[in-house]
Amino acid sequence: MSRTRACAGALTALAVIGSGTACGSSGSGGGSSKGPITIGVSLSLTGDFSADGQAFEQGYELWAKTVNASGGLLGRQVKLDIVNDASSPVQVATNYQKLISVDHVDLVFGPFSTSLTEASSQVVARYGYAFVEGAGGGPAVFTRGLHDVFDVSLPVANNLVSFAKWIAAMPASSRPSTAAYATEDDPFTAPQLQIARGILEKAGVRTVYDQTYPSETTDYGPIATGIIGSKADIVLVGTLLPDVTAFIKQFVQQNYDPKALIATAGPDQGSQFTQNVGANHTQGVMVPNEWYPTSTATGNAAMVAAYLKAYGGNAQDISADVAEAYSVGEVTAQAVTADGSLNQTQLVDELHKGTFTTVQGPVAFDSTGQNVKAFAYIFQWQNGALVPFQPNSADTLEPVAPATSPIIYPKPAW
Amino acid sequence: MGTELAKAVVDGVLTGGVYALMAAGLTLIFGVMEIINIAQGVLVVLGAYLSYTLQVHAGIDPFVGLLITIPVMFVLGMVIEWGFIRRLAPRDRTALSILATFAVAVIVEGVLTQAYSADLRTLSAWYVDRSIHVFGFYLPYIYLFGFALAVVLLAALYLFVYRTRTGYSIRASMQNRAGAQLIGIDIDRVSAITFGIGAAATAAGGTVYGATNTFNPDSGYDLISRLLVIVVLGGLGSIGGALVAAILALVIEDVTAVLWSPVWSSTMFFAVLVVVLLVRPTGLFGQQAVRAQ
Repeated sequence: MSRTRACAGALTALAVIGSGTACGSSGSGGGSSKGPITIGVSLSLTGDFSADGQAFEQGYELWAKTVNASGGLLGRQVKLDIVNDASSPVQVATNYQKLISVDHVDLVFGPFSTSLTEASSQVVARYGYAFVEGAGGGPAVFTRGLHDVFDVSLPVANNLVSFAKWIAAMPASSRPSTAAYATEDDPFTAPQLQIARGILEKAGVRTVYDQTYPSETTDYGPIATGIIGSKADIVLVGTLLPDVTAFIKQFVQQNYDPKALIATAGPDQGSQFTQNVGANHTQGVMVPNEWYPTSTATGNAAMVAAYLKAYGGNAQDISADVAEAYSVGEVTAQAVTADGSLNQTQLVDELHKGTFTTVQGPVAFDSTGQNVKAFAYIFQWQNGALVPFQPNSADTLEPVAPATSPIIYPKPAW
Repeated sequence: MGTELAKAVVDGVLTGGVYALMAAGLTLIFGVMEIINIAQGVLVVLGAYLSYTLQVHAGIDPFVGLLITIPVMFVLGMVIEWGFIRRLAPRDRTALSILATFAVAVIVEGVLTQAYSADLRTLSAWYVDRSIHVFGFYLPYIYLFGFALAVVLLAALYLFVYRTRTGYSIRASMQNRAGAQLIGIDIDRVSAITFGIGAAATAAGGTVYGATNTFNPDSGYDLISRLLVIVVLGGLGSIGGALVAAILALVIEDVTAVLWSPVWSSTMFFAVLVVVLLVRPTGLFGQQAVRAQ
């Protein structure tokens, strides 16, 4: 055998290993009606989304534990069947196909991220399952004409609107005059920056840098150099934890101090964020989100207490992903209970017409499955804690009680 | 724009040095053993975790910790060679090595995930966040130290390969494995040492990588593709080629990102790679060129 042929054989074997073991089936779904209710989930336990994926796993498991402790769902215990998609759009579709057609799970919960929800939603829709998820809020998920996708969280395209309006509403004397934008080429991050940029430009904030970079980028140096070189007054980045960490490190090294820095995600990862960028480099950094640990939403205090009992740490370190995942369970449970069955068609109908309570606040879906009740807070790191702010009628960001300290602007030097 | 361009070139050179350190082991292993070590990226990450562990649990500075992590990774490399590579059938060695080292990567990743979880981590030290202001540029200490470390270790590796008795054996094995065996060179010993050196280099590369990036157990897969194209461009088996190719790759990518767009960085680099391979199929300093030295 020639070396070339041997290499080809080996690479083929590798490809087979990497491709997973999808075995299509046209099973109608649904397990035994006497045993536990099985819920299939694909999560990014490794790969680019692993930090968020693991937080989601905690949220789902916490919800399952809580439900089971209170008698289960429809009188049956719930059992999670969680499989790893390694943050791969191919693997996530394979996983849901297998969960539904081979494992015949009773329900499915969504994966982490807009891109993976988009990749798997068509597969789930093919089997007519209700696809309740908490992190697939990008516009791409809701423009495919699917009737069975329900995002319990905030539609992400509007995440930065509160921030942009706050900047736009500033008196001209203190309003920043230039802004820099950099985002991953990702359906979760890019739309947020696009909308914010529109608002800011309309208010006269000139764009001096705007770049989109591939999601698989590992060397963020040139992008950081571009932002720094632009000398922008404020910086808006469409990131997850690895890239916002890299940007902040570069900004610190290069002594670049924008007046405001907001990231679509990353700073919301609690201790993972503070440990990676250094606790002394978090002051003033902002991130939009829908949930905070001291929220008075129904059930939130109990969830936070249960989390701390199960995983330790302190409330400030709880990722918002946990609440998003927990809310998926809450909404599904309320819909199933209201309907009294696990029939997927009835469940989809119930989800479309109902209003639900979650640890993130009330949830109701429009015809595309987006949560019309959700509300965006802007969070800012202040003295080691992530403090929530909400816009008032004048578009100014004011602290959410019991916090009283005003938002920090301009951001202090690193 | 001129300042940003100059900064991009400087950043590319400094970062390229670090990648050269990570790629040197990969190219050396291929040169001697004609195997493609898919696990090289994961071993870099393992090196970063070893430094992280020493820092968090023993308070040892990441660079000082290299005195421990380099020997540890050297021994681990020898164990991997003995356990996974030596037993491969010689006839299909190159092809099977892809699977064997992929298995090593999966095992190491699994162990790291169990031990550390998939949380993202980074190494911290005073020089990670600070920089020196020279000619209008802020040069981060970590990149300067990393580049200096790369130059020192690559020079040491070069001297070892070209100026020591074991190095002669390694070079003889690179030029003609069967011939080296015929003149009495213990190929198994040379292979074990080579794989050990390749793994030891990842300890140093991992330390700098871990201080300049966040990492978790599967970060190695992002690295390996870049390391492979660097050693192909430099010429499989050439340490100097790895250094030149790494710097060239990073400068091209960084300059493209600044002048044009980050989206085209990789495309531009691969375009250069294709052109180089069309002109010189063995890469810039491929084995034919090495053998002619």
